[in-house]
Amino acid sequence: MATARAGRKADTKTAEKYRHYLRQMLLIRRFEEKAGEAYSLGKIGGFCHLYIGQEAVAVGTISQLRPDDYITATYREHGHALARGISARAVMAELFGKATGCSKGKGGSMHLFDASLGFLGGHGIVGGHIPLTTGMGFAIKYRNADQVAICYFGEAAINNGAFHEAANMAGIWKLPCIFICENNRYGMGTALDRATATWNISERASSYDMAREVVDGQDLGEVMAAMDRAVVRARRPASPTLLEIRTYRFVGHSMSDPIHGHYRTKEEVEAHRKRDPISLWDDKLRAENILDDATMEKMDAEVKAEVQDAYDFADQSPDPEPAELYTDVYAPRASE
Amino acid sequence: MPTLTYRDALNQALREEMARDADVFLMGEEVGVYQGAYKVSRGLLEEFGPNRVVDTPITELGFAGVGIGAAMVGLKPVIEFMTWNFALLAIDQIVNSAAKLRYMSGGQVPMQIVFRGPCGAALQLAAQHSQNFESMYANIPGLKVVIPATPADAKGLLKAAIRDPDPVVFMEGEMLYNIKGEVPEGEHVVPIGVAEVKRAGDHVTIVCWGKTVALALKAADQLAAEEISVEVVDLRTIRPLDVATVLASVRKTHRAVVAEEGWYFAGVGAQVVDEIQSQAFDELDAPVVRVTSADVPMPYNKHLEKAAKVSVERIAAAVKKVLYLD
Repeated sequence: MATARAGRKADTKTAEKYRHYLRQMLLIRRFEEKAGEAYSLGKIGGFCHLYIGQEAVAVGTISQLRPDDYITATYREHGHALARGISARAVMAELFGKATGCSKGKGGSMHLFDASLGFLGGHGIVGGHIPLTTGMGFAIKYRNADQVAICYFGEAAINNGAFHEAANMAGIWKLPCIFICENNRYGMGTALDRATATWNISERASSYDMAREVVDGQDLGEVMAAMDRAVVRARRPASPTLLEIRTYRFVGHSMSDPIHGHYRTKEEVEAHRKRDPISLWDDKLRAENILDDATMEKMDAEVKAEVQDAYDFADQSPDPEPAELYTDVYAPRASE
Repeated sequence: MPTLTYRDALNQALREEMARDADVFLMGEEVGVYQGAYKVSRGLLEEFGPNRVVDTPITELGFAGVGIGAAMVGLKPVIEFMTWNFALLAIDQIVNSAAKLRYMSGGQVPMQIVFRGPCGAALQLAAQHSQNFESMYANIPGLKVVIPATPADAKGLLKAAIRDPDPVVFMEGEMLYNIKGEVPEGEHVVPIGVAEVKRAGDHVTIVCWGKTVALALKAADQLAAEEISVEVVDLRTIRPLDVATVLASVRKTHRAVVAEEGWYFAGVGAQVVDEIQSQAFDELDAPVVRVTSADVPMPYNKHLEKAAKVSVERIAAAVKKVLYLD
């Protein structure tokens, strides 16, 4: 009897966890929709790259990490920041360039940071952050610790020298790094097969004595399972993994790029939209009887309210003080 | 005080700082088993082991980035480039990552890192191995740029650079490694951002750094025989520039020459001249003259190479020019 009760309890816990992941994906979706609106209203400037369609990748992978692990990402990183637990308020305020943003309004959409959560950036140069993550893996090993360092990048980055140089060192030194290639099929507007001589990206890992997996990035369960295996490999004794997670961007490259047009057809986008990661996970939870209409409606209402609150917070927050222009260029002097 | 070569002074600084702080490590090509391409890291692998003296593949961008990533989580890397010519492959990491991460994270990311290696021309190494890049790096907010000219400054400035909380571009003179000088033992730290008057004089100020310091001192010796008294100001740090020391000297001599190993166009000397003209215009008795390398890629032929380089004679001629003695 005791065993059966423990089993039921664990199921409840799992169910809660699964609903939480659904909520996280929904939060990213609604957040990004709101960010798109705010961009159109001129509340957000510069470049803004939305994550709609790829939510299961960030949520599924980050769900398997410990709070002391390190994460870096590209300039399409709103979703990763939210999945890691940076508040919607702090992320939206950063997009608005406000003093209350997670980078004090100095980074913007492409440079979200929260060092207290090990979230070490949104980086703007394709491939440039891959060696940085490898360096975090080096530091973990240097300190004989058991954290992992993970890095997100698009499939276009795997042709970049930075990827190969970093992956090689992770392979030589057996660093606790997980290289997560979010293969959304297009490097901006250039299709994978136009930019990459061998389309099977994960095979690149074999050049660097690294484990590899190809993962369906629209299926949260698969993403979590593959990430769990990669994390086990990366914790002591460490070894690196290349995860090629196949996904699809439901929106344009950035706010100035239409959803379809020159480089992909409407039909192609619509076909991919049928495998919406949120709907797929929703279906799965309903099939397992751990989600119903009432719960889903309540969750959606909560998420919308959270996003509206983030928007209002960002809108009402102050700009950085003019003196902030000159702070953080160098470390504060000891006397300051 | 012991006499050491510039190379051994750097080695001593590395050894002392690595012994002082377990977060400091050395990474680069041939720094370990080979003992350093220029032997600056001689003996360090044996003393500190392969975890702290790390040989890398020939991938400057990659290992510069690895160092920066390690600095982002609190380590204090010293990244050796075999020469600064090769560091061009890593400039994205130095400029886009090291120089900016603190700022664009709103002050959250630490960046205590030194990038070091030899710069400038040696002998007949031709165009790709004979370059100075201090003006490029000094242009970047977020970086500090240091170029020691003597063994004592090499030790003291490298110790300061390793302890500095910001990214430091540390440029050594390839032709200076064998020069000898007195070097204080132990705790000898030369502050970053402070120039030094290497020779006091009354008639003309020569502003110089790195390899041109020795040339300027030699020129000053020669000119003394002609009763021309030259003050030699060694900048030691290019960024942050010690403008006050330069101006104090110009206010005394009223004439200045800037001697720079790098190229003319948009060189560091142009910045020095601007600081002088904007802050001490009325002190000047003559336009400031710049001496630089010829505005060409470095040729291989030894006669052409000699003609391209800054020399004692060209510096002395510039001094006479600002004195209207030419």
